[in-house]
Amino acid sequence: MLKTIGVKSVDDLYTDVPPSAFVKGRVDLPDHKGELEVERILTQYANQNHNATQGPFFLGAGVYYHHIPASVDHVMQRSEFLTAYTPYQPEIAQGTLQVIFEFQTFIAQLTGQEIANASLYDGSTACTEAALMAMRLTRRRKVAIGNTLHPEYREVLKTYMSNFDDAVIVDGAPDESCACVIVQSPDFLGNPAKYDEWRKICDETGALLIVVINEILSLGLLPAPAQADIVCGEAQSIGISMSFGGPHLGFFACREKHLRQMPGRVCGMTEDADGRRGFVLTLSTREQHIRREKATSNICTNQGLCALAFTVHMALLGENGFRDLARLNHEAAIKTADALEKVKGVKIVNESFFNEFTVELSKPAAEVVEKLAGAGIIAGYPLEGGRLLVAATEMTTEDDIETFATVLEEVLA
Amino acid sequence: MGGLKFTQDHECIYVDGDIAWVGITKYAQDALGDLVFVELPEIGKQVKKKEYFAVVESVKTAAEVYSPVDGEVVEANDNMPGDPEMIAKPLKEGGWIAKIKMSDASQLDGLMNEAAYEDYLKTI
Amino acid sequence: MTAEKKIEQTMEETKMADGNRGLHYEENLLWEKERSDHSGVDMPAPEGLALRTGFAPRGDMGLPQVSEPQALRHFVRMSTWNYSIDHGFFPLGSCTMKHNPRLNEKVARLPGFAALHPLQPESTTQGALALMYELQNWLSEMTGLPGICLSPAAGAHGELAGIMTIQRAHEMKGQKQRRVILTPDSAHGTNPATAAMCGYEVRNISTRENGMLSLAAFKEALYLTDPDGADVAGMMVTNPNTCGLFEKEILPIAAELRKAGGYFYCDGANFNALVGKIRPADFGVDVMHINLHKTFSTPHGGGGPGSGPICVTEELAKYLPVPTVVKNGENYHLETEADRPETMGRLKGYQGQFGMHVRALTYMLSHGGDGLKQVSEDAVLAANYILRALEGDFHAPFAAQGPCMHEALFTDKKQKENGVSTLDMAKALVEHGFHPMTVYFPLVLPGTMLVEPTETESKAAIDHFIDVMKDIAAQARLENAEETFHAFPHSTPRRRLDEVKAARNPVLRWK
Repeated sequence: MLKTIGVKSVDDLYTDVPPSAFVKGRVDLPDHKGELEVERILTQYANQNHNATQGPFFLGAGVYYHHIPASVDHVMQRSEFLTAYTPYQPEIAQGTLQVIFEFQTFIAQLTGQEIANASLYDGSTACTEAALMAMRLTRRRKVAIGNTLHPEYREVLKTYMSNFDDAVIVDGAPDESCACVIVQSPDFLGNPAKYDEWRKICDETGALLIVVINEILSLGLLPAPAQADIVCGEAQSIGISMSFGGPHLGFFACREKHLRQMPGRVCGMTEDADGRRGFVLTLSTREQHIRREKATSNICTNQGLCALAFTVHMALLGENGFRDLARLNHEAAIKTADALEKVKGVKIVNESFFNEFTVELSKPAAEVVEKLAGAGIIAGYPLEGGRLLVAATEMTTEDDIETFATVLEEVLA
Repeated sequence: MGGLKFTQDHECIYVDGDIAWVGITKYAQDALGDLVFVELPEIGKQVKKKEYFAVVESVKTAAEVYSPVDGEVVEANDNMPGDPEMIAKPLKEGGWIAKIKMSDASQLDGLMNEAAYEDYLKTI
Repeated sequence: MTAEKKIEQTMEETKMADGNRGLHYEENLLWEKERSDHSGVDMPAPEGLALRTGFAPRGDMGLPQVSEPQALRHFVRMSTWNYSIDHGFFPLGSCTMKHNPRLNEKVARLPGFAALHPLQPESTTQGALALMYELQNWLSEMTGLPGICLSPAAGAHGELAGIMTIQRAHEMKGQKQRRVILTPDSAHGTNPATAAMCGYEVRNISTRENGMLSLAAFKEALYLTDPDGADVAGMMVTNPNTCGLFEKEILPIAAELRKAGGYFYCDGANFNALVGKIRPADFGVDVMHINLHKTFSTPHGGGGPGSGPICVTEELAKYLPVPTVVKNGENYHLETEADRPETMGRLKGYQGQFGMHVRALTYMLSHGGDGLKQVSEDAVLAANYILRALEGDFHAPFAAQGPCMHEALFTDKKQKENGVSTLDMAKALVEHGFHPMTVYFPLVLPGTMLVEPTETESKAAIDHFIDVMKDIAAQARLENAEETFHAFPHSTPRRRLDEVKAARNPVLRWK
């Protein structure tokens, strides 16, 4: 190869690089290792964690521990999906494109919205993109947060908003100067939201109604947020492992009239030269690679493989399965709430909930969580003071609930 | 197409009193390829000469349409976003994108007439 | 009727019926299949407890319903309509489509990683935090930049994190008047989009005819409106640049920028050319994002998830987004805003794309310092080999001035004379069983074709690609070439798709 190129050594190919930029000798990193050895090292890291398979697990707060059918991972690991590129060459990417089209359809149906994009990084960034889109559409600079939003979503929103000198976040109902109101459902404390009330305020003020869902499975039991202008959030619950925070799956749905201000990729249906149905990425003139500094967002990629996992899991569940799974989650939460209610020093705060609710403990929650962790129980998400956010899913067994209640009683005594 | 004026950015203009009808030339249309969308300005938008007021999009390109004059957008061609092929029609028959009420019609003086524009095209 | 004719007729009829032929299956949408009564997931039936949601249960959602075997068939058939790295050569410039080792996938699925919740008490996640800390160390050593934040979810997200870190630094130094970001016209579209998203004015630096930046053009942009460049916040430059060339004058340019008080953001898309051999800090970089899905082999997955950690100088480290992993004695800890109030804030929920961190560290350990250096060398060698092998057949605008880095740039100048464009040649490559190179990017010249072979292709595979490209060039010289090429591809499940129709009347979901 060097002969064809006409140089003596590989180093002769780096002629434009100033000599001072080269590493002297070698980077200070260990030598390569064989597959077995690397696997051993990684397994050691993994073993130093206490994971959800190892004991009772009641933590949610935006990331949920669910069962993933074996078929989901099998499809995800197929080379044709795993090692494919973004489908810019539609003739050889119809597989990925049709999956995206199906994903968009699933999201639109679940959210009761007209259209959806091909996914975003995660719930926190999807929520922020929704607020930015509302600001573009209304030319207003104020974002209202209507109820208790996931604290990390709020932090991400605050960071992005700091890019505008005149942007502000306010709490509570929107007024005429607000671009939107963000309503999470169930809210961070587990209470399902009543959309009609929010819709009315939005119609009066001209603010857009953004509904954030971070347990997408709740849409199998709770009403669809069809009243919203934008519905976005986190779809990790369907087909995607918790994986210490990512990769997860942000989704984004809205009304068709706002299509051109929607961030992220979209796939559309069309025909090929022979008149056969096919799919392409479309409306890309909104995107950064064409509009550059005038793009709707700097987003380049979606979460393709996670959207695939979601789509496969949804296909497997189907209408009945999705509904039953939602119901099983709700029932697990009811049973957990009933068991905890009987524990001395525990009060259930919520009147209504889906699979997650808040309890008031007689001792500081952070301390209780730490103690229960020591006993192999992941108790939930500690809020301020004695309040604890507890989630249950189809993974929660009667034994888990009993152990949790028993040990909690001991800790609170 | 007598009486039309042209800019170096390939806008074409029909002048009707103090109103300028603005569209894009055939050359610009050919360069863009099939148009898929036209983003219209809002009525009442104040525009400055050489500032963009509309965007025409093909599949892979988005091109800005610049105002030839200072003024106010008084009408936008609402049929165009749904039927972007209209852009190929003569200006007065539906090929216009927006009508701009000029605040200083003398700004048109520097623009090319059709013959000058044809010559200009040969130079690029 | 002859036997041959009969076969042809039968084939035509089969095609008419359902489009299936041999191993090629047509596949309809899930919603077009008969809705079965049963879920494809076997699970216990709900007990029917009274609801405590405050609402009546939701009505029919209109979702499809198929069995497990039907669902598997559906997705497996669709998968056969995709091209992937495991199919063959993927010379997509600027995207670094290298082999994705399956060990990465295996370890990322260990329950100790996959079944770990990001908000568990830190006492229960020390292994995961230690892994992130180790990855930070590796990235730091490879870039020469000590401050690392792993949280950005993709390259573009890393750019945002990097530019906001720069913005935060200026703000803390009382330099808010710096409102301009300089980018060359060869930049990735995400660069100006990112700068604009942060409220910056984007100012163009024009690239010279040799595809590179010059100190003179840079100075012109830097001092355009202020004699001291005091309105410039920084520059975003990809190095090696998107023409596949190492910016020869990068040292004086970086020095000039530093003198004016601006920061150098390096887009890490092309880090594969440097890894283990050249450290960006040594050519003046202040901030850089690294695409773990390019250089460090985490799968592209048909468009994500990516992962785009950022690396910064010691000076800028305190402004990095939260969280970052720190080590206090023997304990690992996620630093939040409470620990580091100077931070620019949080850009993503939780810790970032942790699953990608696991895969990237696995790749790094497998390669080691020695192997990573060889990655760079083999990638550069392969690109130059292609450049020299094809420069006679295709216009290679920068070939005469010397070697390229890890990607070789060609244009359709020669073929265009006979009516054959870059797009036509891309489709011809598809017809010949390849994924095309990157087309019409960078924008510095018309009809560009950017070829990045990566280090994981064998010489035989590269030679095969070269042979096919030479055949394409030969075919493009024929009299009826234009017509022949416009018909490509015809052996794919779908031929050229009508993108105009898709954009004019968007159909974005099944109804």
